[in-house]
Amino acid sequence: MSDKNQTQTVEPQALDPDFVPTPDFDKFKPSRSSLAARKRTDLLMRILIYIAFVIALIPLISVLYTTVVNGVHRFDWYFLTHNMRGVVGGLYPYGGILHAAVGTLEITLGAVLISVPIGIMTAVYLVEYSAKKRLHKAISFLIDVMSGIPSIVAGLFAYAMFSLILGPGTMNGFVGSVALSILMIPTIVRTTEEMLSIVPVDLREASYALGVSKSRTIVKIVLRTALPGIVSGVILAIARVIGETAPLLVTAGAISSTNFNLFSGRMTTLPVYVYNEFQQGIASCPTISKFGSDDFGLCVPGIRMERAWAAALVLIIVVLILNAIGRLVAKIFSVKTK
Amino acid sequence: MKKFSADKLFKWCAVGAGVLILAVLAAVAVFLLIQASPVFIGDRDAAAHSISSFTGGSTTNFFVFVGPLIFGTILASALALFLAFFVAVGIALFISHYAPKRLASVLSYIVDLLAAIPSVVYGLWGAFVLVPHTYPVWKVINSVLGWIPLFGGPVSNPPRTIATVSIVLAVMILPIITSMARDIFVQTPLLQQEAALALGATKWEMIKLAVLPFGTNGLVSASMLGLGRALGETMAVLMILSPGSTYGIHIFTASRNQTIAANIAAQFPEADSMGVSTLIATGLVLFVITFAVNYIARRITHRSSSKKNGMIASVMAWSTRKFSSRNANHSAVSKSDTGDNNNGKAGE
Repeated sequence: MSDKNQTQTVEPQALDPDFVPTPDFDKFKPSRSSLAARKRTDLLMRILIYIAFVIALIPLISVLYTTVVNGVHRFDWYFLTHNMRGVVGGLYPYGGILHAAVGTLEITLGAVLISVPIGIMTAVYLVEYSAKKRLHKAISFLIDVMSGIPSIVAGLFAYAMFSLILGPGTMNGFVGSVALSILMIPTIVRTTEEMLSIVPVDLREASYALGVSKSRTIVKIVLRTALPGIVSGVILAIARVIGETAPLLVTAGAISSTNFNLFSGRMTTLPVYVYNEFQQGIASCPTISKFGSDDFGLCVPGIRMERAWAAALVLIIVVLILNAIGRLVAKIFSVKTK
Repeated sequence: MKKFSADKLFKWCAVGAGVLILAVLAAVAVFLLIQASPVFIGDRDAAAHSISSFTGGSTTNFFVFVGPLIFGTILASALALFLAFFVAVGIALFISHYAPKRLASVLSYIVDLLAAIPSVVYGLWGAFVLVPHTYPVWKVINSVLGWIPLFGGPVSNPPRTIATVSIVLAVMILPIITSMARDIFVQTPLLQQEAALALGATKWEMIKLAVLPFGTNGLVSASMLGLGRALGETMAVLMILSPGSTYGIHIFTASRNQTIAANIAAQFPEADSMGVSTLIATGLVLFVITFAVNYIARRITHRSSSKKNGMIASVMAWSTRKFSSRNANHSAVSKSDTGDNNNGKAGE
């Protein structure tokens, strides 16, 4: 790359002197010092740009490293299969994330069930039905607005809505699902829209020419062709909302026992669990534990931080796996359009 | 006959879904307004009481209460944007013009990983790694540049301050700005780049002459979107910042500022019904601010899109999706983008 540059930056040689008009090209010849200065600037910017990339790597590596190092200690089968019921201070039943995992699973599933049909049908409307109508512009604009809603405002909205409908202070998993689906819908609409619009028009026309109705064409041809992209988009949207904390803090709350019912009672989710453990700080230990933590391995003052890190590790693993699956689905199953 | 009705039904489902989006957005505004209304038109004493309990008795006026919060929100986000912008442009240039072609997609995937990490993990990381490690840095900056008001004032230890928060926020918005900037840089007309090189420009001069001017509008709107994201970020701020309610601009001093989002999350669990109304009212303020920022970003995009054949618009539309779910289909999308380009050229 640099070789090529150098050949290109050589100044133009003066022309053949036999030609009658001989303009003084030396006038335009850059001085050696200015050339060197330009080269220096080029090199400086190159270095700065390389540094910028390294700077971006530092937090990524640091976050992943700290989470793994701090989280792996408490990350075991016991941690995954117990909830926080009867867990006192730093004492023996060390507790786990079963309830949070169940909560995350159900709330996210609820959000998917709400947002996927709405998102896909909206995208179908935008691409297939509303060719540049006024409603198209309005919806498209509002989806942009929606994608800019801060996550905590989405949570407040869901809370406000259910407070008005079901009485003040309603907090359950489903409220959380609604909040998350506000965050998911714009993502899904945009992905699906993108995927639908790259389905070749020829396919649609071929289908119409065979006498297939529009709805069947959309379902069987267009959506079918775009399916891998849509699925991957949905998975990536899930990967995003599964780590959302703030909206769930205000809608689903936290509870220490496992709650399987999405529609009643509070539900802990993984991110909220991490936050709660973090917030509660150092666990209290009875005085005996001064020896106990060493001699009997009973009371662990830093148990809450260990749990927070371990749950964060679980969260990161889940998110990274979802990301990888999303990308793989897109790559492997994508229909070749050319 | 049956086919016809199924067709209609499907169409109305699609229309219904579209209209539902309108309804949901209206519902967001309406429900938030209804829940926030008691603060303004309800029992004055109760509202005053709840606001004074939030502010430790210093004020009973909602706007005096929310003012420092708005200030803190904007201060933290603006700093984050400032920190992230140059790094993001650098990374984008690195990926689009410096890195080997084969590496580029891997590199952008790595940057996108930054956006995949949940904010609560950033909060943990900030509180346990960044806070202890940044104190010496802040100390040095404070002693060297202390005459600038922003860097003045006492340096708190541990630095649970706006400065530390803005670093975390910068890391969180970095991938958004990077991926949008990269997508715009990649679309710089090749002819312009080659023309610059042919005239003897160095690589950096070529970028300055051809790539950056082409991407200016896109960069501005990318950073506005990043700003919008930073404004609404809750958990990292909540877990790192030691809150306060002043208009303090000393970014190394703790307990001076607080952001709207973090304030909501911090106060919400213990708030009574009037308290919740007050917090929802502050949430509305946040909504209005982010809406304004995002709206400006879109306006800039639209202005530039009318000039540049909608190329940036297509990138923007794609990035809207992307900055939440990254890189769904690299291959597919790049195909569609080149398609747009070709159309644009054919149009000319």
